[in-house]
Order: sequence, then C-alpha cells, then structure tokens
Amino acid sequence: MEIKKEEAVFLLKKMMQIRQFEDKIWELLSKNIAQGGSHLYAGEEAVAVGAISVLNPDDYITSTHRGHGHAIAKAGKLPELMAEILGKATGVCKGKGGSLHLADLSQGNLGANGVVGGSLGIATGAGLSIKLRGTKQLVVCFFGDGATNQGIFHESLNMAAKWSLPVVYLCENNLYGMSVSVKRASAVEDLTKKALAYDMPSENIDGMDILAVRKTVRKWVDFARDGKGPSFIVCDSYRYYGHSRSDAKVYRTREEEKFWKGRDPIILFGKKLIEENILQEEEIKGLESEVFDEIEQATKFAMESPLPKPEALYEDLYV
Amino acid sequence: MREITYRQALNEALVEEMERDERVFLMGEDVGPYGGAYGVSKGLIEKFGEERVRDTAISEAAIIGAGLGAAMTGMRPIVEIMYIDFIGICMGQINNQVAKVRYMFGGKTKVPLVIRTEGGTGRTLGAHHSQSLESWFIHIPGIKVVMPATPYDAKGLLKTSIRDDNPILFIEHKMLYNRKGEVPESEYLVPVGEAEVKREGSGVTLITYSQMLFYCLEAAEELEKQGISVEIIDLRTLLPLDIQTIVESVKKTNRAIIVEEDCKTGGTGAEIGMQIMENAFDHLDAPIKRVAGADVPMPKSPNLEKLAIPSKEDIIKAVKEILGK
Repeated sequence: MEIKKEEAVFLLKKMMQIRQFEDKIWELLSKNIAQGGSHLYAGEEAVAVGAISVLNPDDYITSTHRGHGHAIAKAGKLPELMAEILGKATGVCKGKGGSLHLADLSQGNLGANGVVGGSLGIATGAGLSIKLRGTKQLVVCFFGDGATNQGIFHESLNMAAKWSLPVVYLCENNLYGMSVSVKRASAVEDLTKKALAYDMPSENIDGMDILAVRKTVRKWVDFARDGKGPSFIVCDSYRYYGHSRSDAKVYRTREEEKFWKGRDPIILFGKKLIEENILQEEEIKGLESEVFDEIEQATKFAMESPLPKPEALYEDLYV
Repeated sequence: MREITYRQALNEALVEEMERDERVFLMGEDVGPYGGAYGVSKGLIEKFGEERVRDTAISEAAIIGAGLGAAMTGMRPIVEIMYIDFIGICMGQINNQVAKVRYMFGGKTKVPLVIRTEGGTGRTLGAHHSQSLESWFIHIPGIKVVMPATPYDAKGLLKTSIRDDNPILFIEHKMLYNRKGEVPESEYLVPVGEAEVKREGSGVTLITYSQMLFYCLEAAEELEKQGISVEIIDLRTLLPLDIQTIVESVKKTNRAIIVEEDCKTGGTGAEIGMQIMENAFDHLDAPIKRVAGADVPMPKSPNLEKLAIPSKEDIIKAVKEILGK
C-alpha cells in the first residue's frame, strides 16, 4: 500500500469525523434537539473522503440531500456544520439552509440539494465556467442511484460529454432511492450502462474501500484536468441509517444490513493500516477519541449558539 | 432620434454587454447561426465565436441548471428559453435552485444570471406557444421579473439585467420584435424595478406592461377624443413591483384598472390590485377593475385568440364603466 502515515491519518480521521458526526446527529434527532429531517451519510464515508481527498482546494463539488459527509470532506468546519443543521445563526449558511442545503462556496462546495438530481445542472455549469475561464479546476458531482432516473441526469451527461467539460459524475449507489431499490426502479441495474449512451467512460467500483475510490477518482480527475472530458463513476455503498428519521426500513433485511456493516469502510481501512504496519491499534483508538472530543465541542458550540435574529428573515434574498 | 426595432435594441444590448465584459456569454436553443427563434442573437456567433454563443441541445432543465452553475462560479450567463411555454420543463431549476441558492446559502453566493424568454399571443400558435406565465414567477422570492414593452426599455433593461448580480427572468413579447421606437445611439441604462408613467392623465390610471401597453395607448388616444383623460403606467418590472409609482398615480386619478394579457384568475392583476388596496384604499373612488385574458388555454383560431386577450374596446369599456359613463 503506497500511502504515507500522515495521509492515512488524515483519511481515517475524516471518515471517523463523518461517522461520529452522523451518530451525534442521530442522537440529537432522537432527543428532538435537532428538528426536521436529516439524511445521514454513515456507511458511505469512503466515497466522499476518498474522492475529495484527491482534489485541489479550488476544485468544486456539488452534493446531495445526504450531504453532511461531502461537506465535512470538503474542508467544512464541524462546529459551523453542526450549527447549521440546528438552524443556528453561526451555521455555515447562517441557519437558513440546514441539513439539506449545506454549502460553502469559499471551500468550493457548491451545495447540498433538497431535490434528487437537483445539482447535476449546477455541476455541469460549473464545468462550463471552468472551461470558459480557462482554469485547471474541475468538478466532482455527487448524486445517488435515484438521480440517474431523473431527466436532468441525462441532459447533463449529454451536455458535458458534447462539450467535453471537466466534470466527474460520481454516483453513490446505496441501493435504494428512499425505499425503492435500484432493481425495482431502474431498467438497468448496472448503472454504468447509462453513461454508454453519451459515449462517456464509466467505471463501477467498491465504494467501501477508500483506496479503491481514491485510485479510480484520481484517474478520472487527471483525465478531466488533461482536457479529456467527463467521466462517470459508480461507487457501490450503503447507508447504515434509514432514509430519514421516520424510516422503519421495511424494504431491506437485517441480514443485508449486517452484510454491509461487515464491510465497514472505517474498520476495513483501519485493519489494512495495522496489517501494513502504518498505524498501531492504539493510535487508531487515539484518533477516535480525538474525534470524539471534536464532535463534542462542535455540538456544544452549535447548541450554545443563538438562533438567527428576526431581521435575518429578509436578509440575503437579493444582492 | 433614430428608430430601431425591439429586436435590434435587444441585439445591441447583447453585443454591447458582451463587448464590455468577457464573463458574459449566451447559451440556448438555436441562438447560434440561426440567430435565435426570433432573431435576437443574429450576428453574435460571427462576432463572439461559438464558445460565447453556444447552441445547446434541447434540454431546458440543463440549460437553466448549467447557467446557474456558471453564474455561481464567476461567469455572467444569459440563457435563452425559446418560448416561456417550455419553462415548465425547467421550473424546478428556476424555482428551487436559481431563486433560492443565495438565500439558502446565507448570502454566500451570487447568481448573475439572465434567463431570456418570450411569451404572449398574436401568432395563432396555439396553447403551447402563446402563454403569458409571468404571474408564476412573481410568486418566487429571489428572482426579478422584467417585461419591457418599448425598444428603448428593452435595450436599457437588458443591459441593466446583465449587470445585475441577481437572477432575472427577462420576458420579451413575440409581437413586439418588429415594433420600432426611438433608441439613442449613445449608451444608457434603464433601472430594474422602476415603472414609468408613459402617458399623463387625470381620470383613471391604467396599469399595464409588455404588449398591452400599446393597446392602452391606443385606447387612451380614442378616449381623449371623447374627453376622457387616462394615465398609463408601464410597469416594465413586475418583481420587485414599483408600487410607489402606482400609488402616486392612484392618489391623483382615484381610479385604477389593471390591463394584462395573462389569464385573469391568479394573474398579475390580482397581486397588483391587492397591493393598491393595501397602500391606497382611501384614495379610491371606485372598485379596482381588471381587463385580463380569458381563463382558457390559448386557442389556435385567430378569432378565438383575439377574444382570449383584452382588446382596445375592452379597455375603453372598462374605463367608461369605472367612470360611470
């Protein structure tokens, strides 16, 4: 395994941050401290962290309704993100966006989206903007398996392929669009086939293996940076929690959940690092407790932060 | 002063703004060599090349979405939706994305995007090419809705819209493209959000916009001969609404009629009328009236199409009714 210790620690810690962040949100939801909904990313950490770790800071991403993981991986600050999810004035979007609309333009995160497939056009346009401005940036557009059945998915892939835009379309296939499985919703189960119609290179990989994600995404990132155009990657993955708080998960079996949790991306990567003698078990435990403290601090910050002032209601609507 | 058409005025605005700012580019269906369905972008691809004058696939949702993504990342796109009737295909992109990202993201992004489109009746094109859908969009906080009637305003408002850091829906009218009007050679701008009194009068205020302005002006000419004085306000921008100019006029005339080409029910007149009630009720001597389009899908037959929108005679009749004459 060709990975430096420093880098391994960074990747492992980021994944731990996402996992513990999501577990904390679940706890806050259960206690009704966090209101509304939150679609949790736990289980899919290797995709966001792996893909974003090979990007430059000025590269863009677009995210999804299940966007906490992308926001954390794209240099999001845990306290600001937690505060945003609680609707606080100190949140990254001043409490106006919430879980479904985490965005940080200063870090190149063009935003999560409450509409499935809602950010595919935005990502394509950011790719066009890069081309017109003549920079070396690129876009990674995250979306789920459900989005591949939306019209704008096909419109965007067609447009990006025709214009050879620097966009990596990254599908997180977690097997279900809310409750309906890929099997039941999509005429093709192998989602990479959908890119064939646009003559776009595509690849299906194990989204639970962060090193596989990094390797593949890096390949297609280089491809885009070389001006060779867009690509389509399908990462097989699994969301541990249900679609949202109210989901009784009647559409999937406990055996299936057990199978995927047996391939947990954080445990898998940790084991590998121990096997390869890059990290010791104690160090991993140390990282876990470091992250635990960070999440506690972020939660404290968020809970103690004020709600937006009433005058904020009409702020930031127009320039 | 020289006279040019509405089409030429719009074309000049595009050329001048693209020359002024290289971040400005145009994208849409048939905007390239064809020059746009109504010829507004003729000659642009020869002048600016196909990178900045981009023909797209017939993909309205992606056109708007890509315009938004480009606007958020440093460009100033003008995207064209050929007929406003097609806007339903990309309504989610406009309503949920374009209009909301700035607010949802706590003001941390700007959307300098102009969506150019055209609407209205007059060419007997039937129900999928003749609608007036502006009232859908005045219900969406976060965008501005601009609807110029004269070549002067078309040019000045398009230039201002392109320089605006907010998303703007710029709705042209298919029957106005060939209409000529005075447009100065030298540069000028028309502010977004300001109505204009196009004709001063004392008996009643007609509040209108787009093609209906000319119907109102013709009606006013005829009414003048009969001794009735009419004031006409051209809104030019529907959102934000320049309610101040309307109220000032109503204070003077004490009577208001809204003349609109769109369907009456839930139309722009409903909102404008209510705002007059809220802001100038004490100055009204008669109930507000609406002269509006029929609540039907636009029929093809030329006679039915004419019946489905206000006529000069309808306006004259309403003025006489509100004056009790």
